[in-house]
Parts: sequence; C-alpha cells; structure tokens
Amino acid sequence: MPVKSYIAHAMTGKKEELMQALLSFEQCEVIPAENQDVVALVTDTPNDMEEEILKQKIEAIQSLKLLSLVSGFNTPQN
Amino acid sequence: MSMYESINGRRTFIKKMAMLSAMTAAASMFPGIVFASEQEKGIEDNGNLDWKKGPCRFCGVGCGILVGTENGKAVAVKGDPNSSVNKGLLCVKGYHQIMCIQSKDRLEHALVKKNGRYVKTPLNEALDIVANKMKSTIDTHGKDSVAMYTSGQSTIPEGYVASKLMKGAIGTNNLDCNARLCMASAVAGFLTTFGADEPMGCYEDIDHADYFVTWGNNMAEMHPVLFSRMLEQKSLRGAKIIDFATRTTRSSTASDRSILFEPQTDLAVANAICYEIIKNGWMNKSFVEKHCNFSKGITNMGYGLEDNYKFTDKPEKIDFEAYKEFLKDYSPEKVSKYSKVSVKDIKYLAAIYGDPNKKVVSFWCMGVNQHTRGTWMNNLIYNMHLLTGKISQPGNGPFSLTGQPSACGTAREVGTFTHKLPKGVVMNEKHRKLAAKIWKVPYERIPSKPTYHATEMFRAVDRGDIKFIWTQATNPLVSLPKTGRYRPAMEKESCFVVVSDVFPTPTSDVADVILPAAWHIEKSGLYGNSERRTQHWNKMVEAPGEATEDAWMFIEVAKRMGYGDLFPYSKENHVEEIYNEYKQFHEGAKHGMAPLEVLKKESGVIWPYVNGKSTQWRFNSKYDPACDNGEAFHFYGKPDGKAVIWQRPFEEAPEKPDNEYPFWLNTGRVVEHWHTGSMTRRIPVLHQAMPNAYVEFHPDDAKKLGIRNGESIKVSSRRGSCVLPASINERGLPTIGQVFVPFFDENMLINDVTIDAFCPISKEPDYKKCAVKVEKV
Repeated sequence: MPVKSYIAHAMTGKKEELMQALLSFEQCEVIPAENQDVVALVTDTPNDMEEEILKQKIEAIQSLKLLSLVSGFNTPQN
Repeated sequence: MSMYESINGRRTFIKKMAMLSAMTAAASMFPGIVFASEQEKGIEDNGNLDWKKGPCRFCGVGCGILVGTENGKAVAVKGDPNSSVNKGLLCVKGYHQIMCIQSKDRLEHALVKKNGRYVKTPLNEALDIVANKMKSTIDTHGKDSVAMYTSGQSTIPEGYVASKLMKGAIGTNNLDCNARLCMASAVAGFLTTFGADEPMGCYEDIDHADYFVTWGNNMAEMHPVLFSRMLEQKSLRGAKIIDFATRTTRSSTASDRSILFEPQTDLAVANAICYEIIKNGWMNKSFVEKHCNFSKGITNMGYGLEDNYKFTDKPEKIDFEAYKEFLKDYSPEKVSKYSKVSVKDIKYLAAIYGDPNKKVVSFWCMGVNQHTRGTWMNNLIYNMHLLTGKISQPGNGPFSLTGQPSACGTAREVGTFTHKLPKGVVMNEKHRKLAAKIWKVPYERIPSKPTYHATEMFRAVDRGDIKFIWTQATNPLVSLPKTGRYRPAMEKESCFVVVSDVFPTPTSDVADVILPAAWHIEKSGLYGNSERRTQHWNKMVEAPGEATEDAWMFIEVAKRMGYGDLFPYSKENHVEEIYNEYKQFHEGAKHGMAPLEVLKKESGVIWPYVNGKSTQWRFNSKYDPACDNGEAFHFYGKPDGKAVIWQRPFEEAPEKPDNEYPFWLNTGRVVEHWHTGSMTRRIPVLHQAMPNAYVEFHPDDAKKLGIRNGESIKVSSRRGSCVLPASINERGLPTIGQVFVPFFDENMLINDVTIDAFCPISKEPDYKKCAVKVEKV
C-alpha cells in the first residue's frame, strides 16, 4: 500500500486549476503553497500498479508543469 | 493526546509525515515558500481546539503563532493572521515547533552528578545544591568567581531576574549571554552611530522599499517569512533584491542580482560606495549638515586572540574634508582589485543608495555582525544611509536583523551583557543609581566595571578564575568558537557547572547539576523581536515532570541565598510582577513599553509606546514623539542630537588562507535547523530533511581535489578538526577557495575548527572567516 509524496509544480498562475484537478482523484491529498505555484501532494493507493496508473493520470493534467517525487512509503494492508 | 497520537492509525501518520516531507523539500527548493494552511490539515475536530497566541521560538523575526491545544496538550501550530509580522504565514520550522517538546529524551527532572553518574533528584533538593554551591563559592573565592551565561531565548522576565540576581543582589557583572555571539556588533554599531540601540524602522519598511540590499545575509533560509514578504513586493511592485555575499545561497538565486565579494572586503566595498556617493554629488548635504557628525577611532585594534585582551576605542571628531580624503583609498578601481567585486558592480550598488528617487532598505545579520570588524561594518552601513539621508522613513533605512526570538527584548533591552543594565550601562553612575533605586539595593553594590564577555568568560573558566557557572537555554559547547578549548575547560573540577535546559546537550553533558527547564509555551513570558516589538503570551500547556520556568528557578535560588526580600514575586503572577517592575526602567517617550494589559490583547506592540501608540520610525519627528529639536530628524541618542558618520578603514582578517591552510572556512545555518539543533533535530520531519552537517565545496575545487558528493572530508585548522561528508552543488555554492559548514550538528562540531577572534569593540566572535585545509579520509 504505497504512500508517496510529491512536489507538484503548476504552470504559471495555474495552481488553483492544478489543485482542483488533483482533488478530483480520491487517492490524492494536497496542500497548496501560499506564495509559489507549487502544491505538496500525497498519494495513497492500494498497490504499486494503481499508484503507477494514478501517476500517469496526474502527469496528464495540463496545468501540471513538473511532478517531483519526494518520498515513498509502503505500509502493510490493515 | 500528542500531535502524533491525535492522528488515527499508523497509515494516517505516515501520510502526515509524507506531506511534511514534501513541504520540507519544497522549503529547501523555494526560498520563503509558505504553506500556511498546513497545520489545520490532519487535525481531528479542528473546531474544538483552543487556539492561544504567542511568538515563534525559532529566530528573531518574531512571527505570531497560534498554538492549538486539546486536553492540555499542544497539538497544532498555525500562523497568527492578526500578527503584522507574518500575517498568518510561518516557515517550515515555525509550524513544526511544538513537536520537539514531546521528545522522549526531554529533561523532566533535575539530575545531579554523584560519583560520575547522574542521579534523578527532586528539584527543590537540586536548587538547594545550586544555591549552597554558589554561596560557598562566593564566600571562599569572592563574588567574581561565580558567573551566569544566559540566552536570547530567555524571556524578558528571565533575563531581568538574572540581571537583578547577579548585578543587584550578588554584586558582580559576571553575566553575559549568547547574544554576544550574534548581536553584540549590532548593539555596538547602533550605540556608536546613534547612541541608541535597535533599528529605527520596522518590517513595514518592506512594503515601501524599492530596493533591498542584503549584506552577507541569507534571509531565504534564516528569515524566510521576511524574505517571503520581500518576494511578494518584488512580484507586486517590482521591488528589487540585491544579494551581496561571499557564497551563493537560496537568497542569491531568488534575488535580482547576486554580487560576491572576497571575505572581509565588505569593509572596503562599503567605503567605496560612500566614495561614489560623495564623488557623484549624491550626498544629501542638508541632511548631513543638520544631523551628522564625522568621527574616527583607533585602528589596528588587534583581534582579541589572547586571554585578558582589553580594548577601548577613543573617538575623535573629524571634518567632512578629512573623511573625503580618507575615502580616496577606496575608489571602486582600487577596491575592486582585492574585493573581487567588479568596478561596475560597486558603482551599481552606489547608484542604488545614491538615487534620491529610490527607497532602500539594507538588511544584515550574522555576515556583518560575526566579523572581527563587526562594529565597523555596522557603522559603514549606517554611513551609506546617513550620507544619502535615507533613514528613519517608510522604506528607507538600515535594518539589522536578529537571530534569536528575544535577542532584542531580553539580551539588549533588559541587558544581560556584562556591561549592561536594564537601562544603560554599568559604567554610568546615573544608570547604576536608577537600577539600585528600582531594585532597592545599595547603589555601591553594582560594580562600575564590566567583567567577562562570552569568549573571555569561558577562557576564565579554563584559567580557573571562574569557579561556578550557570548556563540557561544555551549550548555553548556547540556554539562557542574554538570549542576544543572550552569543552575540557568546563570539565575541569575547578568549576562547578549548572545547566538549565529543555533537552540534554553537549553542554549539559559536562554539568554537575542539570535543571529541567520549561519550554516557552509551557510558561508565560515576553519576547522582543527585531523590530522592537514586545510580545506577550500566557502559559499554554503544563511542562512535564518537574520542568520549571528559568525565572522561577532563579528566584528560588536567590531566596535560598538570602536575597528573598529582593525577589518578592509570587509563583502564580511573577511574570506580570517582574514585567511591571522592569517597565519602570524605560518610562518616557524614548523607550516606553506598552502596559501588560495591552500586550495581552495585541499580537505584539512596538516600543516606544507613547500615548497609546507604537512608534514605527524613530528619530523622524513625523512619527516619533520623542523628537524635540524642531527639525525633521532628531538622533536623540546622542547628546547633540546628531548621528555619527564613522571613518572606518578596511583591515585584514586575523587569519587568511595560506599554503598550509588554503581555504576560507565560513560557517552558518540552514533553514531546517535552529542554531545548535538541540530542538529542531528532535523534530522528525526537520531532522529527516537535514539529518547531518556537511562541508560544501565549489565544484572546481572538488574536481581539483578529486572529491565527490558524500565522501568523508576532514576539515582542519590550527585549532582542531572535524570530519563531514562533502556536498557539491547541493544547498549552497561557496566561491572558489572557500568551504562552508553549518554548525547545527553536535556530532560534527565545526566550532572545534573556528577561531576565537572577535571584534575588539563589540567582543563578538567571527565565525565566518578562518583558514582551513581539507583532506579525504
């Protein structure tokens, strides 16, 4: 059950748009920066395959400029 | 319920940690980035939290925080939207701060060393031991055989009772504080130029300035919220940030222009700017004629490297023509040759200060202060602002930033330096008489001569002159320069060591008695920040075990020593009682402090507080009711109401790279950690983000030496050595021939390597310049 954190860089001025797009995925939690076009993102998926699929969907978001992985955790299923 | 325990389940906890990791990583990538809403995420039932206001513990900016408590525990922190300092924003350290108090190795009980082992001891018994030892040491060896070393993190009441105990009750000036290591040059600079300490302006200057010139000051990492405010003005109004430094940092990359200089030559460049201002006719003649004098002092003062070094400056008035003549040695062409700053860049800087239509704020902190000519550098920055009249107006002014949350409020205003009193200095009879009157002690008891500044105090411990020392909220065996001398000194049996702290540190490791201190939100108190803002908070949570506020431990020891009549404060209300007594020292329009009831309501109040109003810009009659000379400006700290433009030359550093030790060593801080790391290294997300210190190289030097990232490198000086992993092209970029090491890591003690040279006027050590060699190990 991977939990991963990312820094999602928005296209200039598109932070709000990016945040809404990310929030449309229930596996995503986001916290936007107040003063940069950057969003802290945590994904929580049941397995590696679903994580990879989610990542591809995120990378397809048009308001996303760059997705940088910060940390990955794998927890046993409860 | 702790912050961790309040989160249901391990998975939620891991998600929280993952989010914190992302935000911390972002903080290191984007200078001044702020995630203000972070603390409200992941907190259950946020609506039921009781939010209490206070100041942040980490740094001198003085951000307002709101601490969320639930069932008697602190569970969250967020920025205080009512604080004009941070307007709801916080940095990465700020919003994680309360996590440290739940650390498993928290000092909750007194520990007394018996037969080489620490024995848990009831606090009352430990305080008996401290008082008896202090008293018997005085009886045997005299009052100057005991010393106290306090902190810019001590609260105003704590600093006040420390001063009263040492100077008023015992009658010794053996009191100094760790602000000597960071702010003393700023104090000496203010006093020599203006006769009054602390900045004339306030943070609102940021909203008005056209240019920010940062002098050796990595604000993006050290003062992130203020830097964030500058970036906002850059974005909103096109304000420009010019970074003038010896190393490329996060601040440099976010600035409009980064100008690098050879260490120590800031003295020459500042003079070159003044040369250009005069040469190009940019001097504000009427301002200078009405409001300034010119002076020079003694040069070739030495560097304080020898024990018992003494220096007193002898100011001598000069005229403008003499000053102009002096500056002829500092033409941009001459200075460029040794400063490595181009003529074009010097002229560019001068044109910024010289343009009458542009408002300029100069910011500085440790780069200027931790300097063997730190007082001079402070004077020289004031010179630029005085020559152009760009001072004491919204958006125009020199602004010395502080490092600690109450370096101003406690160390400077209360005066926990050897030469200071709550008002004025021990050398001044009038000031001693005022202190004696308020303290109700015989005036003769307060000695008229300062004794030991920080470095000399620990040298005196080494020599055996000091036989009892009590430190509070500070970690000198990590933070002093040349710790290799002072660690064995503190271990000597000739000195009894008492350490009050929240956590064990390398300093408490050598203590004979360790006293468990309350953390700031576990007690009521007051801090004073960089912009003269006094901030009060009420106790928010109980301290664990027998952990107690330092002020109350001082009072208990004072009573046990027989000074009870001087410390008649009650346990419940001592903060209020002490503040009201202290406030008497500063009555009047020049330094009036706000009443406690006002401080309780507001998110801080700037002094002088006159007729119910803060004074935002001192010395300007439009804003400052203390100006009474009938002119637009009045520098009333000086008897004739005029500020001083000082003739201060360039002089070399005491130690420069040579064949044997070919690199400059520069030391400093990182955004994740607060000073010696005793608190922030106990905050998991900050520790994880920056787990250890490192030695930073320029890539060309690394290539030449065949050094790769992460390789173990031994950094050695004539005083000691330290092994650290190499860091190339990571956090910062030193110039060729320079290495940089942060000092937060107690396992990699870079201060074993640094030099204990200091500014002869301020006695502040220089942590930014000494010569080292590097070897792969």
